[in-house]
Parts: sequence; structure tokens; C-alpha cells
Amino acid sequence: MRLTQGCFSFLPDLTDDQIYKQVQYCLANGWAVNIEFTDDPHPRNTYWEMWGLPMFDLSDAAGVMMELAECRRVYGDRYIRISGFDSSHGWESVRISFLVNRPAQEPYFALERQEVAGRVVRYATRLCPSREATP
Amino acid sequence: MNAHAGTLRGKERYRSGVMEYKRMGYWEPDYVPKDTDVIAMFRVTPQDGVDPIEASAAVAGESSTATWTVVWTDRLTAAEKYRAKCYRVDEVPGAPGQYFAYIAYDLDLFEPGSISNLSASIIGNVFGFKPLKARRLEDMRFPVAYVKTFQGPATGIVVERERLDKFGRPLLGATIKPKLGLSGRNYGRVVYEALKGGLDFTKDDENINSQPFMHWRDRFLYCMEAVNRAQAASGEIKGTYLNVTAATMEDMYERAEFARELGSVVVMIDLVIGYTAIQSMAKWARRNDMILHLHRAGHSTYTRQKSHGVSFRIIAKWMRLAGVDHIHAGTVVGKLEGDPNTTRGYYDICREDFNPMKLEHGIFFDQSWASLNKLMPVASGGIHAGQMHQLLDLLGEDVVLQFGGGTIGHPMGIAAGATANRVALEAMILARNEGRDYLHEGPEILAKAAANCTPLKAALEVWKDVSFNYQSTDTPDFVPTALAAV
Repeated sequence: MRLTQGCFSFLPDLTDDQIYKQVQYCLANGWAVNIEFTDDPHPRNTYWEMWGLPMFDLSDAAGVMMELAECRRVYGDRYIRISGFDSSHGWESVRISFLVNRPAQEPYFALERQEVAGRVVRYATRLCPSREATP
Repeated sequence: MNAHAGTLRGKERYRSGVMEYKRMGYWEPDYVPKDTDVIAMFRVTPQDGVDPIEASAAVAGESSTATWTVVWTDRLTAAEKYRAKCYRVDEVPGAPGQYFAYIAYDLDLFEPGSISNLSASIIGNVFGFKPLKARRLEDMRFPVAYVKTFQGPATGIVVERERLDKFGRPLLGATIKPKLGLSGRNYGRVVYEALKGGLDFTKDDENINSQPFMHWRDRFLYCMEAVNRAQAASGEIKGTYLNVTAATMEDMYERAEFARELGSVVVMIDLVIGYTAIQSMAKWARRNDMILHLHRAGHSTYTRQKSHGVSFRIIAKWMRLAGVDHIHAGTVVGKLEGDPNTTRGYYDICREDFNPMKLEHGIFFDQSWASLNKLMPVASGGIHAGQMHQLLDLLGEDVVLQFGGGTIGHPMGIAAGATANRVALEAMILARNEGRDYLHEGPEILAKAAANCTPLKAALEVWKDVSFNYQSTDTPDFVPTALAAV
């Protein structure tokens, strides 16, 4: 399953050149850039693992690209995302977030249903290993 | 024209009988509004032969303490404090016979945190007043002390984005069509296809409540099946605005509680339920971590004509105070009324923490929102993927773009329609962030994205000639200020 979280998941995966430009956009806005990775892309998994601290004081995206290359070297089999964080008043939140790495075999989500009273169904979304990988 | 009319004082002021409003203390051109005053600005069209100052003073009088004749019981009160004071009347540029009247109201005239009370004063009694042909409430300024008595948007743009895990681009939605007649099962199919195809939200229309062809519980159940299926299929949070509008508050609470029980992230109400009901639902939404969508059903009956009624910028301000999270605020390029500058003013009211006076956008006052949450504007009605560059340029990224026909009417099906919109949007955001001149290169950017996306290609082809170019009825009246030559 192609996970479509983040800003650009309906486009072909971004090239490093495209990623560089998006990071530069974040820096031009004064945002801190953060690299995170996970093997649990559940839509409610807010806290992916941080690859070091957010990068607060960069002016050139090249620094982020070096960190990304290193993160990919270690966690290339996981999802990696880059986000831009705006600390200005009224936002103090993420302003952009996009995927920069996917595992070769993406997992999928099974929808589990528990039927309860009054035709109500309780839903649970469960992460499953890639169908391709299953024997 | 702002000469003093000579307010009478003391014994003269309270002689029994009828007296001009401007002599009773409702016209005070020397008055300097206090930081704590509520200010309202009306467009006044007096009957032929009626003095515009007297007409404006009458508005001040009738929207505060006055009645048609002098009453001695005024003397039992601090009457001068409670009288609204018209302090300025200007001719409307380019509109002979119309006047902008500025009126200041003491804060003590209003119950804290009540739009119903505010509107009962400001528009309650004065719009049918005989000496006037027409009247329009154009803009208001609320003091911070008053703003702080309101909850404001239950969720707000920042937390809505965090909760949905969607950043950096407009959200995408679609209203389910046909808006009436589908059964719950068929309705849920449209929701599923649209969300799976790439939309973030789908939406009930304003008049979908609980009808013979689809009762509300059935709709909610099928819609939530669709939402959860689409969520699992994409790994993204999805939502559908379940319209809980109903005949009574008890019914609305029942429907909202059921939506919560089913795990919906958002519910919806119509403007026609009234200000008190809207504030009740906003408080409910805050208590229940629910995004509250407002459909501005009915507003055009009083917002559209420039001479009479209430400007939509007023409704936008009231709704930000009242505490909804989404409000339909115009598309500019779509099928519904929307002058670009006026619409820009509405969007600023929804999203900024401070609105500076900007006459060209129809904003007559500085307004601080005192950290009230931001209200997400929604652009809906006659928009399609081929306009993506214009929409992004005009409306910015903190907006829900709703392509109803532009999704469901796609020749390859609903999911393909959704995908076309999402691809067009992402391609445009990518280009904008790269620093490209996306407004002018828009068609080219879309064509390039369409090369990898057959649904977008089809959408651009089907709707390539669609535009809605009509004269706007509601445009700002102002005189551009000449910049001093340096």
C-alpha cells in the first residue's frame, strides 16, 4: 500500500534535488527542520523517532541533506519524513511535513470491526506487514 | 458635515415630547471612542429630505437606549454612558445619497460572550426604521476586553492540522451530490470513493438532515464505515462533516453525541440554527474534541446587497467569536458571489491575529483577536482542478478547498476526481515552495503533473472552459489614498 501521509505523497517520490528545495523553503521561512523515522506509520502515531534534535539555526539545506543521507544509511528500510517547525506566536507548530523515504515493501492497514449494540461498529486500524513479503 | 448639532443638557433635554435624536446625545462628533468601546459602522440611506446626521443619530439611539419620545426614566440611569454615540458620518465614495455612520457603544451595553445579545442590540430594532430607505451593517470593532469573553473556535486551524496530521497545504473536500435523495448505503459509497481517491474531507450539504430517503443514524453509520475504510486504505486521517442540524437543541446534541461515539473527527451545523445554538454547539465541540464546521446557509439573503442588510465580514467576525472551526467564506473564482478584495478581507478576519484597517478589503477598523483560535475558511462552489494556481494565490494554504462537482462529476469516477484534485494541489504547492511563479506558470505546472496522472489530464480537459465571470454585487467603496511624493 502506498502511504499517502505528508504534503507530496500523490506525486512521484521526491528526488534529492526536490527535497533540497523544499528544505530551503523551510529555512527561508525561519522554520526549524526536523528529520524523523518510523516503522509504525499508523495514522495516529504522532511521535516518530527523532533523528537528533530539530535543526534550528541552519541557512543552507545542505546540512539537512547530509543528515538525511546518514539517516537513510541507518534506517533506509523505514519511513523517513522531514518537517518544518514554526515557533512564531499563533502557530508554534509544524507548518509542512513530507515523506522522504519509504521501505521497499510498504506495509498495509487492516480494518478490524467489532459489532456492538444498535448497529454501531467499533473500528480499529491495524498495521500489517507488506502483502508482498508474506509467504 | 460633522458639525456639532448641539446636544441639549439638563432640564431642556428631558422636556416631555418628541425631540431630534441628534439633540438627545446620540450625535457627538467630538466624542473620541474609548479602547473599550464596541464600534459599529453602518451604511445609511436616508429617505429623501431626511438629514443624514439625524438618520445616523436615530440608528445610535434605537440600537441603544432611545425610544421615539423623551422618557423621564432615563434620569434614573447613567444615561450618558449608556447612549450609543454616533461620532462620524461620511458620504460614501461614489454612492450619492448613502452615508457611512460610525457609532460607539459602551462595553456595559453588552452581555459578555453572547452573540445573540450583541446582535439584538446592533441589528435588532433598527433595520426597519421608517426615515431610512435602507441600512447595512458594514463592519464592527470589538475591544479586546470583549473578545476575551468569547471561547473562539473550538479547535482552531493549528490544532485541527495537528489532529489530522496534515500540514503545509490546503485541505481538500467535496460535498456529496446529489445533495438530496441518496440512500445511506449509496451516500456512503460516494464518501468512500472520494476519500480513498485522496480527499481529506467529505461533507453533508446544508439541507441533508433526516429525511424519508435517508435518516440521520443510517447516514452516520454508513459514512463512518466509509471514513474508516478510506483511512485504512491510505494510512491518512479522514473525516466527513456529519450535519447535526435539527429542529431542537436536544436533537442536535443527540446527533452530535452519536457522531462522537462513532469516532468522527468533525460535525457540522448550518448558520440558520441561530447564534445561541451555534454557541452551544461550539462549547459542545470544545468539550468533545470535535472540529465544528459551519455552513453559511441563508447568509446571502442579508449579506449580498450592498445597500441593505449585514455584510458577511460581520458574520465572519461573529462566528470567530462564537467558536466555529470552519466557515464558508467564498472562492472568488467559483459560482457564488465573491469580489477578490472583499473576500480577502473575510479570509483575513478568519485567520489573522490582528487585522489592520484596510479599506480596499472592506476592513474599516483595526481589530485584535487577542489570541483567539484561527478559523479555517472553506472555499466551495464551482471550483475545479484547473483553477488550482488561482485558488492558491487568492486563498493561501490555510483553507479547505471543496470540489463537489469537480470530484463527483469526473468522467473516470469519483476516486479519480479526488486524485486529480490532490495531484493538482500537491504539484502546485511543490512549485510554489520551489519559488516558481506558479500563478503564471500554473497551466504548465498542471499539464506537467497530468503527464503522470491520467485522472488530472481528464479533469483539465473536461472543465477547461469553465469559469464564472460575473460582476460582483458586494465590492468595497473607498477612495484610494494618494501616497505622498517623497
